[in-house]
Amino acid sequence: MAEIRNYTINFGPQHPSAHGVLRLILELDGEVVERADPHIGLLHRGTEKLAETRTWVQSVPYMDRLDYVSMMCNEHAYCMAIERLLGIEVPIRAQYIRVMFDEITRILNHLLNIGTHALDIGAMTMVLYTFREREDLMDAYEAVSGARMHAAYYRPGGVYRDLPDQMPKYQVSKVKDEKRVRELNRNREGSLLDFLEDFTERFPKYLDDYHELLTDNRIWKQRTVGIGVVSPEQALAWGFTGPMLRGSGVAWDLRKKQPYEVYDQLEFDVPVGTNGDCYDRYLVRMEEMRQSNRIIKQCIDWLRKNPGPVITDNHKVAPPPRAKMKEGMEELIHHFKLMTEGIHVPPGEVYAAVEHPKGEFGVYAVSDGANKPYRVKLRAPGFAHLSAMDRMARGHLVADVVAIIGTMDIVFGEIDR
Amino acid sequence: MSRIERLAQTLQEVLGEKALEVLVDRGEVTLRVSAADYPVVAELLRDHPDLAFEQLIDLSGLDYSGYGNRPWPGPRFAVAVHLLSLQHNVRLRLKTFAEDDEFPMLPSLIEVWPSVDWYEREAFDLFGILFEGHPDLRRILTDYGFVGHPLRKDFPVSGHVEMRYDPHLRRVIYQPVTIEPRVNAPRIVREAHYGDVDHG
Repeated sequence: MAEIRNYTINFGPQHPSAHGVLRLILELDGEVVERADPHIGLLHRGTEKLAETRTWVQSVPYMDRLDYVSMMCNEHAYCMAIERLLGIEVPIRAQYIRVMFDEITRILNHLLNIGTHALDIGAMTMVLYTFREREDLMDAYEAVSGARMHAAYYRPGGVYRDLPDQMPKYQVSKVKDEKRVRELNRNREGSLLDFLEDFTERFPKYLDDYHELLTDNRIWKQRTVGIGVVSPEQALAWGFTGPMLRGSGVAWDLRKKQPYEVYDQLEFDVPVGTNGDCYDRYLVRMEEMRQSNRIIKQCIDWLRKNPGPVITDNHKVAPPPRAKMKEGMEELIHHFKLMTEGIHVPPGEVYAAVEHPKGEFGVYAVSDGANKPYRVKLRAPGFAHLSAMDRMARGHLVADVVAIIGTMDIVFGEIDR
Repeated sequence: MSRIERLAQTLQEVLGEKALEVLVDRGEVTLRVSAADYPVVAELLRDHPDLAFEQLIDLSGLDYSGYGNRPWPGPRFAVAVHLLSLQHNVRLRLKTFAEDDEFPMLPSLIEVWPSVDWYEREAFDLFGILFEGHPDLRRILTDYGFVGHPLRKDFPVSGHVEMRYDPHLRRVIYQPVTIEPRVNAPRIVREAHYGDVDHG
């Protein structure tokens, strides 16, 4: 009889399918996982501690670097917490812009997740296609904020500036001749909204292509159907949110249940899975992208028709327009106090949560009346998901661990903070 | 009556004496309980049909020394738990102060909500709050062999030690930090209502 030996292996922290710096200690019996112990914290940057030493607004760019594939959603939760503490209203146009960029972010995130998840378990092509679409959306990020990823576009009280009237264009270079440049710039002749509208027209077709590539793919189904099954009760007890919870059949979406900004005025559906396995979660994410596309279309429509301010006119929170500062004494003082000392937030505590692409991203902010937060606790969805790794992976084969990591949509920026 | 007010009333009725304080502020309910009642209340919150908080969303440690740039009169360490009831669509913040400042200890909620596991490890790691009954209270975010609890207010932002490669010893060594701490915008607490948005 063959001798059976138990192994303990170190999965990561430098492993391409660990999606970052996950160190996973796997105790194996043959090829079956007996215990999975994730060691996290290799990307811990002390964001919460740093936020305590900076003024409220100075921490906005730190939020981008939490979940670095869904940047603006992180900012959204943080800005919402500050707005609730201050008790200020955000102009309606800013709310629409925020919702639009939240949904762009959701598509960005799900594209990355599905592309890399497929790559991890053997479908090389997906990632090439999804990254092509991500490029367009990142251009939208760049047009509006100047940065492709770490936008720092949302501010307490609104957004930094209105949508641009023109898109950045490609220029002729050694590698791109005039004909190619003209072709690339075809959908960049108009404003950002025109560019996005063009994208929303094209995107459903791309989604159909993805479905064709993966949904009925035999290998993909073999690797995901029945893997990492989570029952609705387990999902709730383990603190799952977002697609991880909806994949198990719990119809819970903060955009519907506790609507923030203008989500209650938009039409969209919430997809829900039935089996709670990796395949269902994949389908939920695919359908969410289609719904996000719908929301973006509605936002574009509204934003075209309704110009207006995009940041609050309360100069205790947002700086006054530059032109006014040149002449008005009061504006000058407001600007100076805001830039040197920052916003003074009245004492109290709030918990603001948004439906982040990965789940519920919450910011628990405590203020003692100072110009800096007293405590900022960031509730990252991935943290709760990864903590259930042991329970989800137990009894599966080593290869399925990769599928489970992929389906959790893990990004270490938010887990380690 | 709004959902929030109804929740506050239900909490008073169900918990009675155990609820030290039920505060409704900015559309959120905060319930403060004593450390001794903490696990009992947690179980009630989960199982009582009018409360039904099925999900623990977050657990956060808090260090109140230095709150408002003044000495803090009460106990220093606290824990704030954020609960969510899907059934009633309400949120609740459950707050408990640890009695001992030198050796802060609270009962663990792991039996009530399994998702609290890593959150308690995190609060232990960052604040040094101990959770009685937690089966695996290891550090989680900081380095292996880290000394101190970084989110305590008396822990400097730059830390105590830094790491570098020593070419003579040919290994990574720890040494006291060499960076000078620098404050660009000092922390200021102005008079009451200074920062209110409708204040002159």
